[in-house]
Amino acid sequence: MYPIVKKVVLSSAVKEFEVRAPMVAEKAQAGHFFIMRANERGERIPLTIADYDREKGTITTIIQELGASSTLVGQMEEGDEILDFVGPLGVPSEIELFDGPTVLVGGGIGIAPIFPIARALKAAGNEVISIIGARNKDLLIWEEKMASVSDKLIVCTDDGSYGRQGFVTDALKDLYAERGKLAAVWAIGPMPMMRAIANVTRPWAVKTIVSMNPLMMDGTGMCGACRVQVGEETKFACVDGPEFDGHLVDFDLAIKRLAIYKDQEKRALAALEHKGGHCGCQ
Amino acid sequence: MSVKDRPNRQEMPCQAPEERIRNFREVALGYTEEQAVLEAQRCLQCKKPKCRDGCPVEVLIPEFIQAVAERNFAEAAAQLKEKNALPAVCGRVCPQESQCESKCIIGIKSEPVAIGRLERFVADWEMAQEGQMAKEKCTSATSTVSPKGKKVAIIGAGPAGLTCAADMARLGYDVTVFEALHVAGGVLMYGIPEFRLPKAIVEKEINTLCQLGVNVQVNMVGGKTFTVEELQQKGYEAIFIGTGAGLPNFMGIPGENFCGVFAANEFLTRTNLMKGYDFPNALTPVRAGSKVAVLGAGNVAMDAARTALRLGAEEVSIVYRRSEKEMPARAEEIEHAHEEGVQFKVLTNPVEIVGDEQGWVKGMRCLRYELGEPDESGRRRPVAIDGSEFFMEVDTVIVAIGQGPNPLVTQSTPGLELNRKGTIYADEEGRTSLEGVFAGGDIVTGAATVILAMGAGKKAARAMDQYLQSK
Ligand SMILES: Cc1cc2nc3c(=O)[nH]c(=O)nc-3n(C[C@H](O)[C@H](O)[C@H](O)COP(=O)(O)OP(=O)(O)OC[C@H]3O[C@@H](n4cnc5c(N)ncnc54)[C@H](O)[C@@H]3O)c2cc1C
Ligand SMILES: Cc1cc2nc3c(=O)[nH]c(=O)nc-3n(C[C@H](O)[C@H](O)[C@H](O)COP(=O)(O)OP(=O)(O)OC[C@H]3O[C@@H](n4cnc5c(N)ncnc54)[C@H](O)[C@@H]3O)c2cc1C
Ligand code: SF4
Ligand code: SF4
Ligand code: FES
Ligand SMILES: [Mg+2]
Repeated sequence: MYPIVKKVVLSSAVKEFEVRAPMVAEKAQAGHFFIMRANERGERIPLTIADYDREKGTITTIIQELGASSTLVGQMEEGDEILDFVGPLGVPSEIELFDGPTVLVGGGIGIAPIFPIARALKAAGNEVISIIGARNKDLLIWEEKMASVSDKLIVCTDDGSYGRQGFVTDALKDLYAERGKLAAVWAIGPMPMMRAIANVTRPWAVKTIVSMNPLMMDGTGMCGACRVQVGEETKFACVDGPEFDGHLVDFDLAIKRLAIYKDQEKRALAALEHKGGHCGCQ
Repeated sequence: MSVKDRPNRQEMPCQAPEERIRNFREVALGYTEEQAVLEAQRCLQCKKPKCRDGCPVEVLIPEFIQAVAERNFAEAAAQLKEKNALPAVCGRVCPQESQCESKCIIGIKSEPVAIGRLERFVADWEMAQEGQMAKEKCTSATSTVSPKGKKVAIIGAGPAGLTCAADMARLGYDVTVFEALHVAGGVLMYGIPEFRLPKAIVEKEINTLCQLGVNVQVNMVGGKTFTVEELQQKGYEAIFIGTGAGLPNFMGIPGENFCGVFAANEFLTRTNLMKGYDFPNALTPVRAGSKVAVLGAGNVAMDAARTALRLGAEEVSIVYRRSEKEMPARAEEIEHAHEEGVQFKVLTNPVEIVGDEQGWVKGMRCLRYELGEPDESGRRRPVAIDGSEFFMEVDTVIVAIGQGPNPLVTQSTPGLELNRKGTIYADEEGRTSLEGVFAGGDIVTGAATVILAMGAGKKAARAMDQYLQSK
């Protein structure tokens, strides 16, 4: 069992958890994810390793409650124990010293997974420019943490309640106009946001890396649920990714694949609420 | 009594097809005591029992059958367990017709003794005695050997790894099994459906192993959470790799990533391991659709087809490019699939999967085939018929055309020699190219059977013991 040592409520549907999982913390690197199962009823859900502390043996993650299984997690409290926790999974981000500025774009809770990559790029000696965005000020997370690993931090909100008003794509375009040359761009957030960033950088021919979040189950390459079309090839995001060349990913198909179980997901959430969350099942 | 006059083989009682396609309960119900005794009495108790040559784990077949004939079921169980760590599993899923029963002398003139069914009967009888016997036997097994004070690691808790672990524990080693999923059992838990192999039975047999002192650690992915080299540094003096062949193959035709196209592994894992048949009590969804095509004709394909029926699909077809004679599935599974109304579209193969604007499968462009000359496997090669293209309307495609070895462990273990297809190179006894590292089961042979994996685990345990003794 994997105890929750700390929980922070960031907004009504977004929670930060620090979980004791020493074997995973020992090996964690930027770009890794893990898979957890809250209890016997829950699905195996993939979440990004947003931070880790090897000495304390803990992993930090930020989870957004969307459907039944993430809600089950969101309802857990400090001291509760997670039933299964496996990782680190996936291929870590390729960190090197780039010739020019590296830009990290995080949208919504995508800011959390972008943090360890920014930190690693900075530690490798890169110039790190971060662009983070949220719908409004209340939904913006980890601004200070991002500032601490960035040479420059640009904050955007859709409604202008904080930072500059507008989308992260606009901020990126302005940055490009200002600097003329960017060495590499990482984008993590909802699939439509990653698609938009990839479309913006395509004409510039700037290396653009996105972190795909398809449906997953085992996370070891066994089930094929996480298939992503990358150029001519089919890739398994859990073992070949989750990071891919954003200019090659078929986002339209990836977005459709996310909805495969849409009807059942609604029923699952209804069933969960009917049983009163995690008390109904333990 | 001459062989010809022997009574007929006892039929296996089964749930009626129209009833069983609406539930996930076991199809075959098992022999009654009377049936088991009658069947056991058919055995000639051969001096040189040929049947044993057909069993990869060398079950004491005439001995345990004799005990059944004498109604001494406890003795039968003891004889069986002597060689087989998972008798309730093997009695259900072994391809007996091509293993032990294919060698049975009675089979020459009449039907062979139903060795598998008797094995299942005995194992179930023993479990019904609340596993008391098992416990006694375990403690005596562990106490008769002096602990050797040496640590060994097993990677992968499928039949190969579990058998190796059990034998090493009996020999007095300190055994830890590292499993990637959240439960032990491998394909027995995630692949083979509940209606063919109830999970409670697998769990019980695995618990018996744990009572031997085997420490099973789940949620541990070799190549990710740990590496072979790190295990060696932590003092594991011998390591067995039994990570199976879990990587699903796809056909490589256009349209394979449309919504509604699943690998059989995904479909079966959602249903079995994640208990999707009990959705939404279990929160993992599974979707069968209404018109389902299953590509392939092995055990995996039959399981996927029969599972789809039980999940409510209206029409389920096996689509296979050879004929029914060449199908690799166990005879019983093919028969059961027929009885349940699965359609067999043989000499047919898709060349493209077609989707709609929403990205969902709406059908397959297929070709018809005829059988030509035999190929290197000895089976007649299917040849596409010119101009035979047609459209098959389906809303779900389940791909069950085989599995390759998972590369997570092999990629992270420098110096480990591989075969051409990425399986681990190992000799007859399971020794790999790395000192102290052994391997067996599907990761060595490619997708095969439970009993061959168990046989490989057993042989490797012997070799590991030798290696550790001589070290
Ligand atoms: C590598 C990876 C890393 C991830 N990291 C994070 C993270 O750090 N924080 C976080 O909150 N979420 C993360 N996700 C997404 C998270 O796994 C899903 O939100 C979660 O599984 C949804 O489960 P549910 O049962 O609550 O929702 P469901 O009711 O099952 O789904 C609701 C909707 O969410 C979407 N969804 C479902 N499953 C996934 C999935 N696996 N990935 C993405 N969207 C999905 C679908 O559009 C679906 O219709 C990550 C996903 C992947 C693959
Ligand atoms: C649907 C289906 C039906 C079948 N039906 C039959 C049948 O009726 N009769 C029959 O004889 N055979 C059948 N088979 C084949 C049989 O199940 C396999 O040949 C057998 O299970 C192989 O055993 P194994 O121990 O080598 O591997 P597996 O059973 O595959 O077990 C391997 C284990 O290793 C784990 N693992 C993988 N990678 C790692 C890693 N990196 N780190 C840690 N652990 C890891 C896996 O999670 C798994 O638990 C069937 C197979 C399938 C898929
Ligand atoms: S384990 Fe399989 S092959 Fe061996 S005797 Fe039993 S059914 Fe036959
Ligand atoms: S070969 Fe057949 S008849 Fe002879 S001992 Fe074996 S099971 Fe009995
Ligand atoms: S999640 Fe199953 S193969 Fe990637
Ligand atoms: Mg869900």
